[in-house]
Amino acid sequence: MTARGRWSFILAALLPTLAIYAWVRLYPIGDVLYLSLHEWNIIAKVRPFVGLENFVELSTDPLFLEALRNTAIIAFGVLLVTIPLAMVLAALIHARTASRLSGFYETAIFLPHVVSLVPAAMAWKWIFDARLGPLNAILSVFGVQPKAWLFDPVLSILCIVVLCAWQALGFAVLIFLVGIKNLPVSLYEAAKLDGAGPVQSFFYVTVPLLKPITLYVSVVTLVAGFNVYGQAFVLASDAQGAPGNLVRVLVLDMLENAFRNYRVGYAAAEAVVLLVVVLVLTAIQFGALRERGRA
Amino acid sequence: MSEGLRPTRRQIIVGRLIDAGLILFCLAMLLPLVLLVSNAFKTPPDILRWPPAILPRDPTLDNMRAVLADTPLLRWMWNSVLFALLSTAAILTTSAVTGYVLAKFRSRVLNVVFAIILATAIVPFEVYMIPLFFNVQKLGLLNSTAGLLVGYLVMSFGIFLIRQNVIASIPDELLEAARVDGAGEWWIFWRIVVPLLRGPLGALGVLAFFQAWTAFAWPLIVTTTKESYTVEVGLALFQTGFTVDLGRLSAAATVVLVPTIIVFSLLRRNFVQGVATSGLKD
Repeated sequence: MTARGRWSFILAALLPTLAIYAWVRLYPIGDVLYLSLHEWNIIAKVRPFVGLENFVELSTDPLFLEALRNTAIIAFGVLLVTIPLAMVLAALIHARTASRLSGFYETAIFLPHVVSLVPAAMAWKWIFDARLGPLNAILSVFGVQPKAWLFDPVLSILCIVVLCAWQALGFAVLIFLVGIKNLPVSLYEAAKLDGAGPVQSFFYVTVPLLKPITLYVSVVTLVAGFNVYGQAFVLASDAQGAPGNLVRVLVLDMLENAFRNYRVGYAAAEAVVLLVVVLVLTAIQFGALRERGRA
Repeated sequence: MSEGLRPTRRQIIVGRLIDAGLILFCLAMLLPLVLLVSNAFKTPPDILRWPPAILPRDPTLDNMRAVLADTPLLRWMWNSVLFALLSTAAILTTSAVTGYVLAKFRSRVLNVVFAIILATAIVPFEVYMIPLFFNVQKLGLLNSTAGLLVGYLVMSFGIFLIRQNVIASIPDELLEAARVDGAGEWWIFWRIVVPLLRGPLGALGVLAFFQAWTAFAWPLIVTTTKESYTVEVGLALFQTGFTVDLGRLSAAATVVLVPTIIVFSLLRRNFVQGVATSGLKD
């Protein structure tokens, strides 16, 4: 094969993908950055340059700030529930690898992660329902007053955290399981010789050794949390004519600004904020990994 | 750790306890889905009964019938299936070709290409969704499968996954030997590389399918007519309706859930493999 033949293959193979990639990825990303510095109301032909004005306005926009706060609470709430629980579950499932049930455990915990979001959210919406839902019924057995879970501004955020954690858990458990399986057995044997029980090995061997994986799962979970939208859309939308308490999240606020208020530049600025959040989280992950490599 | 030695009595008891705990937890995880499916077959008074029964007292297909008559649910399912299949095909093709080229050919240009793909991989879809929407609108592709597809033609992770697999499992000598024998580059790609990548391509295919099948924000803005909704969007908007009751909502959700669960159970190994590799990319 000549060098020229090889290059013509590379070009023919790569160009279509690269063209698509540039069209559906690079250009829109560039466009978001461009639009965020401009004002554009969809219909107008002109898009005047406004510098950082959109960002300045965002910094005092109560709706945006509410969205940012809600989204951050949801993302970190999901993280706090998911990571410790997933680590313990993964360790327990790993301990029972030999059991015939281990396949069932994996499937059952992973299933919520793959089922379509909307039907799953609808199941939870019923559970949280103030009048008909089983949650209030269970609580009433313990003498707790029924609560309007999806209407209360604080509780509705809690409901979204529960739904998101229920979905995110399977992914985290799976990744931790792979990680635990790859840990050297010799360390556990050494720990055992030193008189450590299974619980001690978990806290002093498994948890520290899983740190890079924990970091990875945390960042993935957080990034997914910051992009939360469908869950809020279903749980907090009007239910059978009764208006729900809309939990304002970033993506929702962004879409509303773009398609309801026709302020595309402003919405693009919100997207850039979301991008910055994700970049910072990823940078923290890489920074922490590098530090660990040096130590 | 009990490998090698016969487990002691205490270890057996601890193991049983762990099993019991895990079973309870797993059942709790599944309970929302089980109750949803069960509600789909309950009569209105049965749904209100406390405590909620796992099995409907006298199963009815009324909810199912009503939903299929009231909504184009099957049409939405078809839209989603078509969208997911085409997206999977596009992602498999672009990932296989690009991943292979980036793994086996050396040049500074290709390094730059790979760096760009890696750098943009972390940008969430939601960030550039709005400009992409106007792209699709300009082409007049709103409310069409083609318009939906635009958002799901490539997957950075897929390219990355294939590249890693080619590096790990396809030796240069194999390709060189084929070249010495006079094989063309395309022949090598289709006849040697692709068959060797069956495993990772299968895993990637399942990931891509479920990604499109469960897509929500993008179909929500790209489709605005009842006929063009995907099943996720159709359901999400249906459940905000005034007149729908819980039985019918559950029936609609069940129609979507059950095939998903069946497909997932059949492809579980592939799926788990795909997700597991995604976690090991550092």
